[in-house]
Amino acid sequence: MRSVRIAHIASNTFREAVRDRVLYNLIAFAVLMSGAAILVGQISIGIERLVVINLGLTAVSLFGMVIAIFIGIGLVSKEIEKRTLYTVLSRPVQRWEFIVGKFFGLVGTLVVNTFFMAIGVFVALLWVSRRFQMADGWVLVALYFIVLQFLIITALALLFSSFSSPLLSAVFAFSLFVIGSFAEDLRGFAAMAQGAARWLATGTAYLVPNFSTLNVVSSVAHGQPVAAQLVFSNTLYALVYAGMAVSGAVLIFEHRNLK
Amino acid sequence: MAAIDILGLAKTYSVGFWRKKPKCALQPLHLSVEAGEIFGFLGPNGAGKTTTLKLLMGLVFPSAGSARILGMEINDPQMKARIGFLPEQPYFYDYLTATELLEYYAQLSGVAAKERSRKVSEVLARVGLPDVGGMQLRKFSKGMLQRVGIAQAILHDPQVLFFDEPMSGLDPIGRREVRDLMEQLKQQGKTVFFSTHILSDAESLCDRVAIIHLGELRGVGAVADLTSSVQGQVEVVWQGNLVPASLKAFATECHGTGDTTRAVVPEANQDAVIDALRRERLRIVSVIPVRTSLEEYFVLKLKPSEAAAGVRS
Repeated sequence: MRSVRIAHIASNTFREAVRDRVLYNLIAFAVLMSGAAILVGQISIGIERLVVINLGLTAVSLFGMVIAIFIGIGLVSKEIEKRTLYTVLSRPVQRWEFIVGKFFGLVGTLVVNTFFMAIGVFVALLWVSRRFQMADGWVLVALYFIVLQFLIITALALLFSSFSSPLLSAVFAFSLFVIGSFAEDLRGFAAMAQGAARWLATGTAYLVPNFSTLNVVSSVAHGQPVAAQLVFSNTLYALVYAGMAVSGAVLIFEHRNLK
Repeated sequence: MAAIDILGLAKTYSVGFWRKKPKCALQPLHLSVEAGEIFGFLGPNGAGKTTTLKLLMGLVFPSAGSARILGMEINDPQMKARIGFLPEQPYFYDYLTATELLEYYAQLSGVAAKERSRKVSEVLARVGLPDVGGMQLRKFSKGMLQRVGIAQAILHDPQVLFFDEPMSGLDPIGRREVRDLMEQLKQQGKTVFFSTHILSDAESLCDRVAIIHLGELRGVGAVADLTSSVQGQVEVVWQGNLVPASLKAFATECHGTGDTTRAVVPEANQDAVIDALRRERLRIVSVIPVRTSLEEYFVLKLKPSEAAAGVRS
């Protein structure tokens, strides 16, 4: 029964995104990919694949991140502000079910969005190279890692949304996205630092989400394979990180007065 | 068994930049509502009515005390399946149609899939919105949203209903329909707990009322008891505008309205007044004991704190 209620909340969250025309971003993406494919075919010789994969996957990631952050930050705060939550929580719905349902609803929206964008990337790829290559299969792994990034950023946006205003939540989530994209550099810096700075940098490097390890766009664009070990460790990392962030959101929300 | 049992429920918020200043929204409240009652929770704006309802719905957490609804704790999901709640000035997912919204709530309330469509249609008809089920809620007027709010509260056939200002935003016909609906719910054996500051609604509907002000319970009792205290005066109404000279000596109030005259006289002089009117061959329309109205009782119950507040300031 709990899973059914979570599914209903998730489905309503997905429906809200669709009705609010969130998926219209696909039109902008399609225009971008079509333009890129035509332009790249004319100006770059021999590196069309590289450019299309790089551009396509980066666009998939950025479009998704923007959606994840801007919808994620309002998932809870908007419901409190508009008081739509009152008629939900006065039913046999527990607070944690609401948070988990909202999380899956937005993740579902992002997966559907990424699926259509992925089709766009492959169509553009086919347009510039006329045929698929074996190495193009790694693009799917890169897309999978991008979805794992969405999982983490959605969970973080939800966490911030459970206690903060939408504006502050957006600032926090974007900051973590930017810092997390340089997590590997931060770890390198921590290794070189001394004393208190070393502790601080190490702590920060491991606390922020490591988006650099989830970014294999460049290597995939060069046709390099992705190790199975990395797929496994990244999956585990994303699930644990997102799970912890969602648990944090649940913990905060369970004790929050809805004034 | 009481349908609602409130045992010292209290709420204090921490306010100020450092959240160190306590602000009491509700002082320990003890209240019991019997099954099948229509219970009015009265108070001026900011009295603590909505805070009490939010505490009962588990939307805010009590600083002290507890409450039981249908014998169950307020955070028990089984209890929540058996109650309905209409928040004050409800706002719903406006991207949904009325039917979609009610189906969503039916899903969350655990209404069986095969019954959902029928229940949704029935409840929309019951609140006077049978033809707008397919319309998006963003196109609804305030009164229509209030009706949808009532529909979602009664959709799953709950035993106990909590309405926060149910007449808000409704036109006179809508208010009348909501009053009729609440009476129907009572006839079906449901318990209705509703907050309002419109005393005429409470007087015409409620079996019992409680009066709350500044977070403190000021009075509770049956409407008939609260309004039946005779003040030792009678109201006499007769036809015509002639006022007998002997009556003028007794009347504490006397004025003419159209072709009738109304006078308030001490109960002890009732017979003398009637004799005086008969001597003048005036037709007596009514002789009624003057009783305390709910409004007078309400004002009386609110006064002490205002006097105290005046002393404090």
